[in-house]
Amino acid sequence: MRRIIGIVLLAIVVLGITLSLAEIPFGTPKTHVGDYYVNEGVKETGAVNIVTSVVLNYRGFDTLGEITVLFIATIGLGALLKTHKERKKKRDVTPASLVLSTGCRFLFPLLIVFAIYIIFHGHLSPGGGFQGGAIIASAFLLTYLGCNRARANERRYKLIESSGGLVFVIVGVLGLIFGGYFLLNFLPKGTPFSLFSAGIIPIIYIAIGLKVGSELVSVIDNMVGESV
Amino acid sequence: MIYYIGAFGLVFIGLYIMLTKRNLIKVLIGLNILDTGVNLFLISIGYVGKGTAPIFSRGSEQVLMVDPVPQALVLTAIVIGVAVLALALSLAIMLHKHYGTLNLRKVKEQRW
Repeated sequence: MRRIIGIVLLAIVVLGITLSLAEIPFGTPKTHVGDYYVNEGVKETGAVNIVTSVVLNYRGFDTLGEITVLFIATIGLGALLKTHKERKKKRDVTPASLVLSTGCRFLFPLLIVFAIYIIFHGHLSPGGGFQGGAIIASAFLLTYLGCNRARANERRYKLIESSGGLVFVIVGVLGLIFGGYFLLNFLPKGTPFSLFSAGIIPIIYIAIGLKVGSELVSVIDNMVGESV
Repeated sequence: MIYYIGAFGLVFIGLYIMLTKRNLIKVLIGLNILDTGVNLFLISIGYVGKGTAPIFSRGSEQVLMVDPVPQALVLTAIVIGVAVLALALSLAIMLHKHYGTLNLRKVKEQRW
């Protein structure tokens, strides 16, 4: 019964969406603002990666809102799982074998170095704070799964997370002080294609990388601590 | 056009799973598939015929590039999708602790 209702409902939705989608041409430019960003982005922001300049310069305030959503989601997860933390009996965990634990100790620094590379080159190549933060979290996930009883220090990642958000807001307020606009790119743009260019963009991306990485680590930490 | 079909195929699969399945974990999997489909649709809307990724490389002449705005939106939407999924999974953990089951119909029967 439920399945039939589902299929009928879905058929109506499919019909509606197909009729409206047939009007949208594929492969043609649809926004003028996209053209503007592509043509003027390098001159105005100094970042070669146009996506980065959109994320952090033209729509920096939007990104601030999005990392706030991320922050609230992780806070909610921590609050949900922490309040019900009764002392459970110690689980019998089979220790990881020598190959696994040595391998993850070997891979962990390499993953962190790769994440740092991705974060620092966010304005030059594909990558940036969000992607690098996800790689940091995957490195920690590897240690949680492979190394024996390795845990991240809770106070430390909370500190990194908060300071990342604080750096973002402080840079924005500095733009307000120096230029009159929140998140104004007040630092010198530098020459395109060099590592130290694009003004405030690399600073904010480092802050976002640390923030996203520590938030995802806290998600993993809370989930691993839970035994259903 | 095939991109639109693929993206909305994923959306419909996710929607169907969310409508018909009773296990909460399966519903969340459907939610995640739907999320992926929406992201794919946003990216394919920004595509410009024969365009490259909107990143300039050294020594290249002026080339046609795709629209960077949907890509910037999806970049953050992916990370937020992960966080929302984690929050939903933690709610599922609490539900399982409280009721001892993840079947939504049984949860409804039990009330408290």
